[in-house]
Amino acid sequence: MTTGRLLATFIAGATVALIVVGTLWPVQSAVAMAGSGAGLLTSSSSAQAAVENLAGEIGRQDWEKAYSSLANKSEFSETEFVRDLTGNYASLRTYATLDSSDLRPLHASADEAQIQLKLRWSTVVGTFSDTRTVQVVRTDDHWAVSWPIVKEPRVPPQVIPVNYLRWDVIYRGPADDWGAQDVEAPHVRIIDMHPVDRSAGVVLMGEVLNEDVVPAFVTVKATLLAKDGSVIASEDSFDKISHVLLPKQVTPFLITFHDVALSQVDSVHMDPSAILIAASADPVIEIEDQRLNPAPEASFTGKLINQSGQVVNVAHVLGTFYDKDGQLVWVADQYVDRALLPETPISFAMSIPADIASKVSSERAIAATYSSGRFQ
Amino acid sequence: MKRRSTCFLGGLVLAAMPLASAQSGSLSLPKTVEAGSAFSIPSTGSGKAVLYIVGPGQVLRRSVQLGEPASFASGDLHNAGHYLAVLVSGSSTENGAFDVTAAHEPAVLSFLAKPSRVAVDLRDGISGVVYVLDTFQNLVLAPTKVSFQLSGVAGAAQTRTVLTRNGVASTKMNSAAKEGPGQFVAQVGNATGTRVIQQVPGEPCDLRMSARPSGQRLAVQTDPVRDCTGNIVPDGTIVTFTETYHGGESTVDAPLKQGVARAEMPAYNGAKISVATGVVLGNEIRWGK
Repeated sequence: MTTGRLLATFIAGATVALIVVGTLWPVQSAVAMAGSGAGLLTSSSSAQAAVENLAGEIGRQDWEKAYSSLANKSEFSETEFVRDLTGNYASLRTYATLDSSDLRPLHASADEAQIQLKLRWSTVVGTFSDTRTVQVVRTDDHWAVSWPIVKEPRVPPQVIPVNYLRWDVIYRGPADDWGAQDVEAPHVRIIDMHPVDRSAGVVLMGEVLNEDVVPAFVTVKATLLAKDGSVIASEDSFDKISHVLLPKQVTPFLITFHDVALSQVDSVHMDPSAILIAASADPVIEIEDQRLNPAPEASFTGKLINQSGQVVNVAHVLGTFYDKDGQLVWVADQYVDRALLPETPISFAMSIPADIASKVSSERAIAATYSSGRFQ
Repeated sequence: MKRRSTCFLGGLVLAAMPLASAQSGSLSLPKTVEAGSAFSIPSTGSGKAVLYIVGPGQVLRRSVQLGEPASFASGDLHNAGHYLAVLVSGSSTENGAFDVTAAHEPAVLSFLAKPSRVAVDLRDGISGVVYVLDTFQNLVLAPTKVSFQLSGVAGAAQTRTVLTRNGVASTKMNSAAKEGPGQFVAQVGNATGTRVIQQVPGEPCDLRMSARPSGQRLAVQTDPVRDCTGNIVPDGTIVTFTETYHGGESTVDAPLKQGVARAEMPAYNGAKISVATGVVLGNEIRWGK
């Protein structure tokens, strides 16, 4: 009985202590989640605190407060500020939430400072970073951020005629006789496949060709088999592939088997599957200025240009990298966080492991696109 | 499922019957009966009896006067298979068996043709399988001649005649050299089945492109893309233009439109432009000096 009372007193005391600690020294992410004003806890009494406050307000999507705290708000409207962060057109940015932010002071004086602000946004397809170098100026006793606005171009109202092909499919119905024909599934073929031992596990990469004259929705599944024929693991390429393949189009794919060593594997069973789907040959995306940037921080960069008249809401770039013998050595991908407007270049950058980058001699990029209101 | 329930019913019928041997009646069963035809089963003896006919998916019960034949109208027995006949008279039973065979006249063809889409000029690329059935959907097991014919938009039709084996006949045909829909017809007597086989162009052959200045950029365009038998490759087929210059590269995946793929690329002096579709490579152009 006495022990029970002692335990209850201890739990109550510990709870009160934790509440006090949490209130006085809150975790920044918890503050953002709670939605309470960060300004209550940290004032803009220093350049760093001003940028931290702004990042907190952006994270809480408190646009009004964030905009009103800026030193250069006369240069743009609140709407333009919000569109800079969330995009003019629906894109990954529109539905992203701020995951975290990092500050890196670059330069500081008594009345002015330059700080690099790295905003890390999270989306349904992973995270992307938006790095801005902000000027912070001192006014009386507080500091305010001068926001480096990036005005996304707008497409003027116009009519762009397009006459690209579209495929529609009628499948057999339940009333059809047994033996009646159905539309043939597209014929796809794995033209290259290469397993690699990496620290994360076994990585299986390759390329699939749609050798048919109709569009295909493609998935690749792989099963690793041990020497005794038992199944070690089975995985599919998930989003490391361009699922919609038009006739004669080639996509790379990458499948990762975590915590498996290549030495355990005796053979690999590949299972590519293709379904006939309705698709459109539009939009056409040009991938310009593709460059392989050497280590350290090896990357593959370029620009996407939408040559069609339709706004592309989400673009996914897949890079395939080959050595000097033309052997596939790596597959990387990158989602583009802004919408692709007609004839408006948007940059992309995907990182390549340093040890792989030294082997790369040539590369190939493809872009998969999604436009709202359309199937593809 | 249907067969199982029939066997179950049959079992119940047999279980309900006394095991004493028949004394007052006997059956004279035919060896085979054609599905759907009328027939009768003569009996001997005197008095009244009940005749049970148990078969696949069907159980019949008839009250019979012994000494007179039990008659069955056309269509009473229509499922081919092995049947059991049991005559129950008082405390005695008499049983026997007979077969119901499919009707001799084929009435329906179940025709499977694969694939529904095939590249042109492919040897044995099309297969056809026919199941010959009678009016009651019984498989006609007697050897029957099936004629297959594949006719395209041009050229002579291909014809094969195949004898069924266990009710099934199959054949293989070559796809035509010219693209277009092919009519694949199977025929037995008056019964026919028709399938349409889409014969589509094969791999592109001799892929060539040209380039010309277009303002500040470069307009690249292929010649009409054809396969090795001269068919225009279908619109929508992806052609990849690749331009390499000063350590950089630009690519465009352009779909064929009216047999031609077009794209605009940056114009760099000394750039090398190549074209490919699928695993087929085309010519290369060096732009400028």
